[in-house]
Amino acid sequence: MYQQKAVKITAIAGFVAGVFMAAPSYAADGPTMAAVKKRGEILCGVHQGRYGFAIADSQGKYKGLDVDFCRAVAAAVLGDSEKVKYIPMSSVQRFPALQSGEIDMLSRTTTVTLTRDASLGLNFGPPTFYTGTGFMVRKSTNATKVDDLDGATICVLPGSTTEKNIAALFKSKSITYKPVVIENQKAMVGAYFSERCDVMSMDQAGLPGHQMFDAKNPDDHLILDGVFSKEPLAIGVRQGDDQWYDIIKWVTYVTFNAEEYGITSANVDEMRNSKDPNIQLMVGKGTKTGEKLGLDSDWAYRVVKQVGNYKEIYERNFGEKSPLKLPRGVNKLWTDGGLLYGFPIK
Amino acid sequence: MTDHTLAAAPTAHVASPRSTAQPPPSDSVPLVRWLRQNFFGSVSSTISSIVFVLLLIYFVPGFIRWALIDAVWMTADHEVCRAASGACWAVIREKHRPMLFGVYPYDEHWRLVLALTMYLGTVIITMQRRFWDVRILIPLWLFTLVAVGILLWGGVFGLTFVDTTQWGGLPLTMVLFTGTVVIGLPIAVLLALGRQSKLPLVKAVCVTLIECLRGVPLITILFVAVNVFPLFLPQGVELNKLLRVMVGMAIFFACYQAEVIRGGLQAIPRGQHEAAASLGLSYWQSTSRIVLPQALRICLPGMVNHIIAALKNTSFVLIIGLFDILTATTAVMEDPLWRRFFVEAYLFVALVYFVFCFALSKYSQNVEVWLNEGRNR
Amino acid sequence: MTLADTRCVPQSRQDDCSSMAQQTEDRFKVSPGPGMASFSLPSLLYSSAVRGVLYQAALLLLVVACGYYLYENVTSNLESQGIATGFGFLDESAGFDIGESLIAYDSANTYARALAVGILNTLTVSACGIALATLLGGMIGIMRVSTNWFAAKFSSAFVEVVRNVPVVLHVIFWGAFLRNLPGPRQSFSLGDGVFLNNRGLIFAVPEYNPIYAWVGAALLVALCASIAYGRYAMRHREKTGRQLPTVLPVLAMLTGLPLLVWASGGFPLQWDTPVFRGFNFRGGSLLSPEFIGLLIGITVYTAGFIAEIVRAGIQSVPRGQIEAARSLGLRPGWIMRYVTIPQALRVIVPPTTSQYLSLTKNSSLGVLIGYPDLVNVGNTTLNQTGQAVEAIAIMMTVYLLISLTISLFMNIYNQAIALKER
Repeated sequence: MYQQKAVKITAIAGFVAGVFMAAPSYAADGPTMAAVKKRGEILCGVHQGRYGFAIADSQGKYKGLDVDFCRAVAAAVLGDSEKVKYIPMSSVQRFPALQSGEIDMLSRTTTVTLTRDASLGLNFGPPTFYTGTGFMVRKSTNATKVDDLDGATICVLPGSTTEKNIAALFKSKSITYKPVVIENQKAMVGAYFSERCDVMSMDQAGLPGHQMFDAKNPDDHLILDGVFSKEPLAIGVRQGDDQWYDIIKWVTYVTFNAEEYGITSANVDEMRNSKDPNIQLMVGKGTKTGEKLGLDSDWAYRVVKQVGNYKEIYERNFGEKSPLKLPRGVNKLWTDGGLLYGFPIK
Repeated sequence: MTDHTLAAAPTAHVASPRSTAQPPPSDSVPLVRWLRQNFFGSVSSTISSIVFVLLLIYFVPGFIRWALIDAVWMTADHEVCRAASGACWAVIREKHRPMLFGVYPYDEHWRLVLALTMYLGTVIITMQRRFWDVRILIPLWLFTLVAVGILLWGGVFGLTFVDTTQWGGLPLTMVLFTGTVVIGLPIAVLLALGRQSKLPLVKAVCVTLIECLRGVPLITILFVAVNVFPLFLPQGVELNKLLRVMVGMAIFFACYQAEVIRGGLQAIPRGQHEAAASLGLSYWQSTSRIVLPQALRICLPGMVNHIIAALKNTSFVLIIGLFDILTATTAVMEDPLWRRFFVEAYLFVALVYFVFCFALSKYSQNVEVWLNEGRNR
Repeated sequence: MTLADTRCVPQSRQDDCSSMAQQTEDRFKVSPGPGMASFSLPSLLYSSAVRGVLYQAALLLLVVACGYYLYENVTSNLESQGIATGFGFLDESAGFDIGESLIAYDSANTYARALAVGILNTLTVSACGIALATLLGGMIGIMRVSTNWFAAKFSSAFVEVVRNVPVVLHVIFWGAFLRNLPGPRQSFSLGDGVFLNNRGLIFAVPEYNPIYAWVGAALLVALCASIAYGRYAMRHREKTGRQLPTVLPVLAMLTGLPLLVWASGGFPLQWDTPVFRGFNFRGGSLLSPEFIGLLIGITVYTAGFIAEIVRAGIQSVPRGQIEAARSLGLRPGWIMRYVTIPQALRVIVPPTTSQYLSLTKNSSLGVLIGYPDLVNVGNTTLNQTGQAVEAIAIMMTVYLLISLTISLFMNIYNQAIALKER
């Protein structure tokens, strides 16, 4: 329903906009958008299993922050946040899969780096989560800071930025370590917990989940204080498809801005009638912002209604009500002293 | 271990001077003779026997205690297993569904059971000699494959649709195996014929393909199928990952099989070709009706070896993250509560593979005998 | 024509068939085949030569068209998405560390060097695997033809079980097994200075002393001398028919000479013993659990196949040969050495070659348990650079080269032991 309507509205609106407006807009769908509409679902590459970001429950249903952003895009584009096919990827599989078109978007704790942006043929949306390399050790080793890790064996996933960060960090501290590199996420985590490695290293935000759910006794383990690198995690898309890139970018900003203006999935229906032009342009009835992206006018409304604002997404996956109870840290709005800064939807 | 190494079975039929010196036969003698021949035939044989008996005394009771006496057979509580000193077979009971059926929706597992039963039933029927008739087998297989496909995919007759990305466990192993062999065998025959061809270009293409693919590990072919091949397709064209993997495995299988078939083709005397040609048969006629049937019969044992290898090779999909029975088991075995009982779980999977592969190889030996019945008149 | 008819063609009714062939041949002489005498178009199409050219042209066209199509797609895909191409990344700094390496390697080194580390690791584990699998497979194979009931049954069970379980499972199992050994603090102590734990097998090694280089040289000299002596002994036997003692002199040379050199330095021996400190043992030498797990996995699996090949090889030697040798009064050891083995080898070598090849290829399963072989390092490279096509092409080329090299050497060896027709 939504889909057909969306196509019609898009076609007409796109045409009108193209003729009368100088603003960038999409008269014809880009290749990814066209493929997604034809397929009726978004192929979203997610993590094989990282608590808080993407994890399948016992029914095989995916949950997590990365997953919620897949859902948000589906809500905006296809009108239904459930129209997503999640494709779990190892760290090695993710980029070829995106390049080759096996997935439409990569929402898998992927750090933005210059090399990835420039030579992998990828574009990255605004970061959806800021974290850094973290270390988990067994308390029995008595290590409390990185300098104590001299000579340690470290379990790490291949091809991750973590792998490079550790190399640089340990080199700068002139201490040694021994990497054990295992591609399969579960096997890597298993190797740490069966004490093959002294240390497990990954994005710090990923560690509490493993401590909580994969350890026999969570109290035996310690996540070292401090963040050892910059890991802005963002959604990746293919280069050369500007429309799709723009959609990813602005859907992400919708979640930030909705939090800023106090729009939640619960009150979004009332907020539609708000007099505030910022809110009107985003979720108001008949707003033209969606058309410029090649979407219908309810795109942002559906994102907030079906998935929620960033705060809701965070609370659901990392907040006090979730088992992880991870403080938001820098993942707060800029107004609260954090790094999340939604660009104006105008 | 040098002087008792040669098969002495024939000596049993040759009356050696020593055996004539034995006392006249009585009831107990065959046993004594059997014992002497098999355990104390020579000095080194006697030593071997003693060593083996000592090893058995050392290991077997401990193993039996671990595997049977102290083992935990049934419990849903991992603590019970942890407390026991023996094997925890309960882990298989506890985890058999995710192990056998992977990530397939839990409530739909009955469909997999039905599909597996149908498939194995069809295989067993096919193995019976009395059903060897194209008029029975072809409709039977078509029916089974269609029915299995419907059961796995769903989407019709009120069955919920299950995407191939959710297929898993033993049924996926079965799908991969069947696909590999069905796609691979015709390619193998063509490659083998091409390699034997008198046309230099045809031969060159086939030789290059066969030798190059045989020189690289299956892993890299799977990488190509999964990571690289989509880049070789025009944008917007998607090929199912499972299909890509299956075709990759089939081509790999075909290259090995082609070499076996080539061996069979080479064993066909030239006279056969010449006789066929002199009867006015074309190349394809003589190949398909005279040369191939004989060649395939000759190389049947080798072909079965590679078919068994194809079954074992399905486990390589672990690397690319398809959930076959082995991948599913490794995933299950990362469960922190049951992780330490991986030996039991892997033994179980090994047993599954062993049963199928062993049955296949034993069966092929029977078929060889049947096929040669007509020839050893 | 049915299957029954084809059965007529082969040996079963040879007389009929051959006479039929004879008749056809006669007819053939009278009227030459179509396409030979006339040049009309239809008959030209029936000419096998013309059709051959057509077939090949069609195939060529197909191959070229497919190649061009794929090439066009891949270049346009890479270009439109702005994906980097080419092998320029090999000169860039890799930035990741590798757990075990035969050559000096550091995260600042290039991708090319990282891949070289991977290749060397692949070669190491393959070479060890080939040696061990030959040894184990040979032993089990000889046991299979043993008259001893235990030996025969045990080896036959070993072969059946090992061969009918996928090599992936072998590797995974041993990988998991070693990973689940106790930690360094609760290591198994296997003798003095040898520890086994989930960090691997750690053992004491003698600290380097300049005299060791000379000991090595002495061993080499002794080896050459032994070979020369062996040749001399053979010629002597061929000339005079008398066998010179070989085993004792060779052993004496091989152990005596190095010992002598070592003694000249006053038997220097300083062990570098592993000591538990901090997280792990320091000192000594280490074989990682990934290495051992992969090695056991591929060795045991391949040994099962080699055992069967060895059995078939030994059984292929005609019984008459052994009986003849016995009747000549040869000792059992000699029969094995001079009659059975040389003949069995001819049957054994070719299939064993393909087992060596498949063992080498199976070493790529190291990626499953984290052994830094070529595929593992290649995977990381693929991921860091995003250049899947190039990274996988490198992997495939290297394996192809390794395979071709092994085939080449085994072919040379095979020719050396092949039956020399007089």
